[in-house]
Amino acid sequence: MDALVVRDFHKSYGKHVGVDGISFNVKHGEIFGLIGPNGAGKTTTLRVLSTLLTVTSGDLVVYGKSVVKEPNEVRRIISYLPEDAGAYKNLTGRQYLDFIASFFANGEDRRKMVVRGIEISGLNERIDSKVDTYSKGMTRRLLISRAIMTNPRFAILDEVTSGLDVVNASEIRQIIKEMARSGVTILLSSHNMFEVEHLCDRVALINKGKIVAEGTPSDLKRRYNTTNLEDVFTKVVKG
Amino acid sequence: MSHILSLIKKELRELLTPATILPIVIVALLFASLGGLTGGAVEDALTAPPKIAMVNMDDGDFSQIYLDVLADFDDPLVFYSSEESDIEAALAEMKAEGAMATIVIGSDYSSTIENGSRANITIYWNMVGAGMFSSMSTAPVDMMIINVSTQTTHKLIESGMPGEDSGIITSPISYESTTFLGDKELVGVGPAEVSAFLQGQSFMMPLLIMIVIVMLGGIIISSMGQEKENKTLETLLTLPVSRTTIVSGKLIGSAIVGLIFAGVYMLGMNYYMEGLMSMAQDMELAELKLGITETAIVGLMVALAILCALGLCMILGAFAKNYKAAQSLTIPISFLAVIPFFVVMFTDFVNLPLMAQVVLFIIPFTHPMMAMNNMIMGNYELVYYGIAYLVAFNLATVMVTVRLYKSDILLTGLATTLSGGPLGRLMRKR
Ligand SMILES: Nc1ncnc2c1ncn2[C@@H]1O[C@H](COP(=O)(O)OP(=O)(O)OP(=O)(O)O)[C@@H](O)[C@H]1O
Ligand SMILES: [Mg+2]
Repeated sequence: MDALVVRDFHKSYGKHVGVDGISFNVKHGEIFGLIGPNGAGKTTTLRVLSTLLTVTSGDLVVYGKSVVKEPNEVRRIISYLPEDAGAYKNLTGRQYLDFIASFFANGEDRRKMVVRGIEISGLNERIDSKVDTYSKGMTRRLLISRAIMTNPRFAILDEVTSGLDVVNASEIRQIIKEMARSGVTILLSSHNMFEVEHLCDRVALINKGKIVAEGTPSDLKRRYNTTNLEDVFTKVVKG
Repeated sequence: MSHILSLIKKELRELLTPATILPIVIVALLFASLGGLTGGAVEDALTAPPKIAMVNMDDGDFSQIYLDVLADFDDPLVFYSSEESDIEAALAEMKAEGAMATIVIGSDYSSTIENGSRANITIYWNMVGAGMFSSMSTAPVDMMIINVSTQTTHKLIESGMPGEDSGIITSPISYESTTFLGDKELVGVGPAEVSAFLQGQSFMMPLLIMIVIVMLGGIIISSMGQEKENKTLETLLTLPVSRTTIVSGKLIGSAIVGLIFAGVYMLGMNYYMEGLMSMAQDMELAELKLGITETAIVGLMVALAILCALGLCMILGAFAKNYKAAQSLTIPISFLAVIPFFVVMFTDFVNLPLMAQVVLFIIPFTHPMMAMNNMIMGNYELVYYGIAYLVAFNLATVMVTVRLYKSDILLTGLATTLSGGPLGRLMRKR
């Protein structure tokens, strides 16, 4: 079964075109990567998929639920990590995780969800400090743990490890891999080709709102006759 | 030098955006129209000719002075009779014609003055409003009495029959007042006293409403601006809840804050009100106090108005891209609260021209502010229409807010959304 079906999806901001008709599928339990230069339309796609923005035309269907017709249903399935999100500054990390958990579980389940979130966040005793006092990377880890702890069926992660140090980033990648193994479908965007190559089962390269290449990382390398994804990226984008 | 220039240029570009300029333009326009409104009310009050009813049972020379003075004006008498039995008819005519007063002169008026005593007349005042300038509507009649009094003094001196008491000669007339306010008859009280009392009572409520709305507006809109600036909004909007739930949650949360505000102010006001109420007990003004039902109605309207304010703030807040933009967006809300406050304080809804009435009626905050006076005046219709309007207004704002939350405006801002829509196409054609 397809976890996500994107059909001829267009998105314009006023007269400015953000995404210019893309179609792709993501299979259940797959890690699918969107790559492409700045302004290509990655965030736009992820935001529409998260029901934050409306489509201009076309449709995106998550586990049989259309973002156009059933946005409330879609929100029950997904978890979205925005590319530069923040948390409420007056809450502590723990309070923030509990606030989010309250939308997904009750009682003992909710408590367990928060415990799991704290574990993923790796913030240890700082989890009880106010978000206001966190560094950029600490806030990012808090938000990643928030997106993952809710056991979504479909996780949408925009530039997931941006702002994290080498060790933290590799830890998060490990967590994402485990998630996928446990049956969560993941759609992520990244500018880190090393990350994409190691994490993603399949990749779509977007340029100027259109998909210009799609396949497994090894497929793409073979097709463009290179040894790494970075060169594929450069070749495709520079033409 | 060029450094400071580029800094100044950057600062201007950041500060002079449509979001900051528009509120200021609105404010300027509001000031202009407000000036026209209250200015007109004051002018009318001061230059209007006296319009009165009169029952003159005296057939002597001195009561003739009233008619002489009135003769300077164009048809000021709506009713005239010399029969005591016509007083009721005179009062009825005064109310029907919207005249300012009914003057009743007793049959012994001239003889009393001739005997060197001070003559007493009775004035029934017809108070048509309760604002600060409403008591001014009595000014022409007061002027007329002063005029009559002066001429009476002249006449006394000229005719060489001054009594012993110089105080009586310089002030030969006294009067007793009875004031009609709405359906209430206040015996022994003049319009000035009534006005002073009403002001004490009806000034604080509008002030309270205004303060709460202005402060609340600031808080809500800023909180929306902050959600965007701190990038928490996107996460909030992807949680598994409907937009209606999110909007309601924000509304109810801020309504609680608003009620706490109002409660704290009320507590402080209570002390002040108690003082006023004890004053009312001593005087014939007790009839003007609000009963429990009336107080409950005012309370309901205040709550509804606070909800309206919240709804408006949610709508405006949706357009606030960040904290700075949010702050300038609170200005229109503040002005919507300040305008009815001043109008209610200075003049009266019923006395305004139709155009101004329409504008005021549309502003939801007008209704709780003028509710007290309207109930005192017996204008219950206006109160009930007000409540109906407030309820409708609330439903409309919730619907608009939910629609906005479902659209892209929250995340992309007004300009982007409009430029693609029919409005944007229209603007580009120009
Ligand atoms: N709010 C907006 N208003 C107008 N245009 C927008 C808006 N958001 C994005 N765009 C435009 O849509 C296009 C795609 O932007 P998007 O944010 O999806 O790019 P991206 O692939 O995520 O880039 P990056 O790698 O820099 O994050 C860009 O041309 C951008 O200018
Ligand atoms: Mg992006």
